[in-house]
Amino acid sequence: MERAVWRILADVPDPEIPVLSVVELGIIRHVRIAEGRVTVGVSPTYTGCPATEVIARSIEARLQAEGYENSKVEPVLSPPWTSDWLTESARIKLEEYGIAPPAHAVSNPKHLFREPKVACPRCSSMQTAKVSEFASTPCKALYRCSSCLEPFEYFKCI
Amino acid sequence: MSASPAIVTHSASAELRFRYATYLGDTSLILAQRLGEWVGHAPALEEDLALANIALDLLGQARYLLSYAGEIEGKGRSEDDLAFLRDPSDFSNLALVEQPNVDFGHTIVRQFLLDAWQLELFEKLQASSEPRFAELAAKALKETRYHYRFSAGWVVRLGDGTEESHNRVQAGLDALWRFTSEMFAPGAADEEAAAAGLGPDPASLRAAWLANVEQVLQTATLKRPADVPFRWFGKRHQHTDHLSHLLAEMQFMQRTYPGAQW
Repeated sequence: MERAVWRILADVPDPEIPVLSVVELGIIRHVRIAEGRVTVGVSPTYTGCPATEVIARSIEARLQAEGYENSKVEPVLSPPWTSDWLTESARIKLEEYGIAPPAHAVSNPKHLFREPKVACPRCSSMQTAKVSEFASTPCKALYRCSSCLEPFEYFKCI
Repeated sequence: MSASPAIVTHSASAELRFRYATYLGDTSLILAQRLGEWVGHAPALEEDLALANIALDLLGQARYLLSYAGEIEGKGRSEDDLAFLRDPSDFSNLALVEQPNVDFGHTIVRQFLLDAWQLELFEKLQASSEPRFAELAAKALKETRYHYRFSAGWVVRLGDGTEESHNRVQAGLDALWRFTSEMFAPGAADEEAAAAGLGPDPASLRAAWLANVEQVLQTATLKRPADVPFRWFGKRHQHTDHLSHLLAEMQFMQRTYPGAQW
């Protein structure tokens, strides 16, 4: 029964990067079923991410539509979400969508003080430069490719 | 100095946890509001986005902490009630964060001084005897490292930049330095929180903060201002006049149309 819920969640898109499902984004922490009521644990990517509430509502609405009454989303802060939890399929989809996936794992916090080498998602050139640490959503930074001259977003390692 | 959380056997009173949560939450909230004032006004679109993104992270911390404060207070006050319906004298944010925006150099210095403090604070707050503080600290620390990289990077670029940019950051530093001593001074919720194992002793954060700040200032060719004996104590509810003006704008809608919803 829990597996059925996971399959439904695998079809709920992230509102800001709709090519990814909430499962691929790595924010679903657990699915529990007690007395016929589903509880889904969701980790915010960033504490202030404005999509958090939209995600909770879309998960509840989707489960409702699939016949799960009164399902509930509960926030899970610990352990904190990390970009390491993106699935392999998410990395491929991000790249196809034009967003460079995180360059490396973040197990060591020192990574923040080294500039990652980011490949352009359009032409695969490594001749890219950071334009800004921050971009259109909390989870991305802004880059530019020096080969094809296109700007692109980079999914931050955090 | 402070007891290891592992051997703390008594739990801190709800009243103290409320005061500690509002102290940390108010500090994040007021700085988020100040940064929000830059939206549409920053020197470049990228910096506009950066300041708004940092504000969003700080607002997320504030929401979490003020929701928790309302919960343990047990009077049915929500995060919104605490943010929008308290008077200036009820806020216990650091006076540093309520200082008005002057120019981008001044804003970057304010952000850098605060980021460097939050780095030390959240690192140690992860060992809080209260799991709600510990888990927020672990989450916020990751975001703070990113903010710090941004603000420290700009302090160096502007300080070691043109004569104009150097002078502006130095002026910001000279104006704001006197508000930093409050971060480490005893005599408020944080000192009691340290005694109860809830959070770090404020004085224990100073050495690492100062070493970090001095190193960046040196790289930026900036001069560390002298410490002055006079102290503001925003965390003891003694605010500069700027807080009431900030709150007048931030709270206008809820005060004028009580209970209004989006």
